[in-house]
Amino acid sequence: MKEIVVLSGKGGTGKTTIVASFAALAKSKVLCDCDVDAADLHLLLKPKVKETHEFRSGQTAIIDEKLCTCCGLCEEACRFEAIKDLKIDPTACEGCGFCWRVCPENAITMKENLAGHWFVSDTKYGPLVHARLGIAQENSGKLVNVVRQNARSIGQKGGLEYIITDGPPGIGCPVISSLSGADLALLVTEPTLSGIHDLERVVGVCRHFGVLALVCINKYDINEENTELIIKSCMDQRIEVVSKIPYEPKVSESIAEGVPLVEYMDNGASQGIRSLWQTLSKVVRANQ
Amino acid sequence: MIISVASGKGGTGKTLVATSLALSLGKQVQILDCDVEEPNVHVLLRPTIVQSKPVCIPVPKIDKAKCTYCGECAKVCAYHALAVVKKLVLIFPELCHGCGACSYLCPAKAISEEGREMGVVELGYAGEIEFVQGKLTIGEAMATPVIREVKRHIDPTKTVIIDVSPGTSCPVVEAVRGSDFCLLVTEPTPFGLHDLSLAVDTVKAVGTPCGIVLNRAGGTYSKVEEYCLEVDIPLLMRIPLDMEIARLYSRGVTLVQGMPEWRGKFLELFRNIEQAIAVNKRVRT
Repeated sequence: MKEIVVLSGKGGTGKTTIVASFAALAKSKVLCDCDVDAADLHLLLKPKVKETHEFRSGQTAIIDEKLCTCCGLCEEACRFEAIKDLKIDPTACEGCGFCWRVCPENAITMKENLAGHWFVSDTKYGPLVHARLGIAQENSGKLVNVVRQNARSIGQKGGLEYIITDGPPGIGCPVISSLSGADLALLVTEPTLSGIHDLERVVGVCRHFGVLALVCINKYDINEENTELIIKSCMDQRIEVVSKIPYEPKVSESIAEGVPLVEYMDNGASQGIRSLWQTLSKVVRANQ
Repeated sequence: MIISVASGKGGTGKTLVATSLALSLGKQVQILDCDVEEPNVHVLLRPTIVQSKPVCIPVPKIDKAKCTYCGECAKVCAYHALAVVKKLVLIFPELCHGCGACSYLCPAKAISEEGREMGVVELGYAGEIEFVQGKLTIGEAMATPVIREVKRHIDPTKTVIIDVSPGTSCPVVEAVRGSDFCLLVTEPTPFGLHDLSLAVDTVKAVGTPCGIVLNRAGGTYSKVEEYCLEVDIPLLMRIPLDMEIARLYSRGVTLVQGMPEWRGKFLELFRNIEQAIAVNKRVRT
């Protein structure tokens, strides 16, 4: 089984549009949405949820006002500015438990967080593992791990060929959790100066974790000069640009219809995604 | 006054809005790039950086002469950043949040703290706009300590504009917290709407009033407007889907520099934000 994760650094470059089309193109796969704080893949794949699981992670401190003597030790101890005037701000609390341990009156308890839910679903394209992080919760990296582990076990049980993962934007904790141990990262960028800058950083992360990275320039015709810059800079860094996909105004229409682009139309952009999938599946199989 | 610019979904135009708002105000403005994983404000404003400071979090350091290997430090660490095996204390610095519990609670007083660098904060100027950005080191996982450090540079005498990362989890909460108002930038697609509704819930949990900017407006999808009415959040600005705007952005040119007629609209946006903040304060008191 081979795991392909789609990342971008910059948000909104087309990760989910491309992954949903891969879902329609790849034969034997499990799909995985690792953008757990703003998951969108389900809007295109229309899953039927088969299993819902609670994701419990981290703790939040609670002060019992009846026991509290207002000594202020907890406020002094907390380095996350989560205690002000002896009130806990649950959105700032990182659950370290320092306050709970120093409170001389035992007025503080630690409560485990229900930090989100994760789901195993059926789609017309195959199984999908996805999640929803609770509002203003943390530990999205841990939830990403849970989602990936379950996708992997579904893939292994079903003898499937690929895990195709829609990754989060950025380069921090959820990205690292999505990437580590994957067989291949497809980096989707766009020919804007921001896209170029963000691509460099996400290439750095792939390098840091030793994952093979290939680049796809989406909407390449918005600025062909920048597209040339990206190709040249990738060449200098010995990273292969495997695809250039033209701007397609009808992408938003296909999203509004809830249909993967390759099923919605058969023009330049969707042909670009088709040949991109062929390239990726070849590379990942050759790379034993 | 602190205005943060967030979105839920990435690539909807946060940085475009934040930079044009700052440039339209021109003076007495500070712009903070709190998207420390992928900071982009500098790409558009091209500031002159005058100072760069490392961001460190305190991680434990064991004094072997004093350590009794009692295991208390490993017990108190909520992040499993310490383990004690026989006559050995293992430290996993990348798991440490720097809470300080282990050093304070060590019965033998054998733990001190040393700084571990995980990013930098850069300070500078773009014209009269004061610029601050955080940059997470590549390979580091935790963005929040860098964001917290950027926000320590807030100058309360100025109008502060904060560019936030996409998403709805801890980095967004950390960046938005303490703002007087949060602008949520979205686009008219089901992705834009879905992630906007998550962002609205997050901003509400933080207790910050918000308003919406609809970017790439036009077309037939009207559900974002319907949503704004339904949840009673003001739609403060529309930026049309326009290839010229996209091209300007691709070259790193801000909207108000490429199309100066937008300056008036951003000033109006600012006045509407001021009004919304005033109304919110009255409601609260």
